[in-house]
Amino acid sequence: MSEFWSWWIILITVVNVLGCWALLYWTRRVKGSVGENETTGHVYDGIEEYNNPLPKWWLNMFNICLVFSVAYLILYPGLGNFAGVLGWSQTNQHTEEVTEAKKTYAPLFEKYALIPLQQLSKMKQATEMGKRIFVNTCFGCHGSDARGNPGYPDLTDNDWLYGGSPTNIESSIINGRNGVMPAFEAALNAEQLDNVVQYVGQLSGNKVDIAKATDGKMVFEQHCFACHGNDGKGNIALGAPNLTDSNWLYGGSSTIIAKTIREGRMGAMPAHLDILGKERAHLVAAYVYSLSNRQ
Amino acid sequence: MQHETVEKNIGLMGLLIFVVISFGGLAEIVPLFFIEDTTEPLKGMKPHSALALEGRDIYIREGCNNCHSQMIRPFRAETERYGHYSVAGEHVWEHPFLWGSKRTGPDLARVGGRYSDEWHRVHLLNPRDVVPESNMPAFTWLEDAILDGELTGKKMEALRIVGVPYTNDDINSAQQQVAGKSELDAVVFYLQSLGLVLKDKR
Repeated sequence: MSEFWSWWIILITVVNVLGCWALLYWTRRVKGSVGENETTGHVYDGIEEYNNPLPKWWLNMFNICLVFSVAYLILYPGLGNFAGVLGWSQTNQHTEEVTEAKKTYAPLFEKYALIPLQQLSKMKQATEMGKRIFVNTCFGCHGSDARGNPGYPDLTDNDWLYGGSPTNIESSIINGRNGVMPAFEAALNAEQLDNVVQYVGQLSGNKVDIAKATDGKMVFEQHCFACHGNDGKGNIALGAPNLTDSNWLYGGSSTIIAKTIREGRMGAMPAHLDILGKERAHLVAAYVYSLSNRQ
Repeated sequence: MQHETVEKNIGLMGLLIFVVISFGGLAEIVPLFFIEDTTEPLKGMKPHSALALEGRDIYIREGCNNCHSQMIRPFRAETERYGHYSVAGEHVWEHPFLWGSKRTGPDLARVGGRYSDEWHRVHLLNPRDVVPESNMPAFTWLEDAILDGELTGKKMEALRIVGVPYTNDDINSAQQQVAGKSELDAVVFYLQSLGLVLKDKR
């Protein structure tokens, strides 16, 4: 704040406090047109108005307010650039709060950061901490129970798009993942699309039109094998799902499979390094790992 | 001066009340119009793009600010969840500001980049699809409402008058950037742009 505005505030505030005090004592001393214990002549519904001074206790409340305001302005920031004797500020208070919390939690985070994930996932306090961070940060997509939502993987089963090893899980959290299933609307005609949908259905054991599925296999081997593999088992390096099991990220009905192939899917997991930091991500990873590796 | 004079003269009483109240405003409000903390934008900040501006207007129209604040207070409980607390410099171009005063849903001041675009689309059309326990209404009509962007440039001109530094280029290209996009696109774009300038890193 510039000197001018600082002094502007100081002046108005001080004049205000002094003004209140002056007004209070001026009105005390002013004698009205009528004396004490006489009525002013105002009558309403038979109620008359006396002309008595303020009661002492009432006057003292005004005085206490004035003393309080002076004390406050000395202790806390209020007078322009004067920071107050206590040096209190909102941001200082926040910093203190954070520093205090760090004293308690930093040693825990540091201790757990050094323990490998498999071992950590069996430690109760670590997974409980991880769970709390998970519920705070990850619930929006994966659900507060980590069971996932359509388009967002269930983390409690043992089916992994990008691999379920400790390194893979931790990397998914820290660096994020970007699923890239291209749209095949332009590349496939209606018949090819229908056939390949039948074939993908057949891979996971759905009841399908066998003749169409056989034709669909050729389409699959031409367009889909690069990511999903010739056997349709997927590829964790690309996040291409295994199509031969009965787990479906977006749904396994013919309609949804057709939509997925036609329009593509861009499942995205944002990188959480800046949001969580390595130590917290490690604990979340431990919790997630523990979900699918229960004894 | 007698009490009676003031009590029986409403014009004079009004004037004196105005003077008394002005003291508070002069000390607490007027300096905020001039001091750097509240008038200078954060370094690197840009005014809302045409599409984000339309998204913001839809955000206001649908009353998102009734349930979502955009104001992270400087308490650890908040910064731990939402990121760096809000500062005045982030809001200098906000007309009107959307700080909100109630959180039925979470704070959105730094929601940009936290979720994917697709998540926002699914979530706005039916929040229960991604957050089963959510009580947020579904905004299904946003997907089908297509913007023509006819007034976007005018809105930017109006904002320029109150100090948002839009260039002539921004204003002239506004309609082209907005036309044909759905309201859903605009809201998602707006949400993804929130709070990116000031970020805590752990």
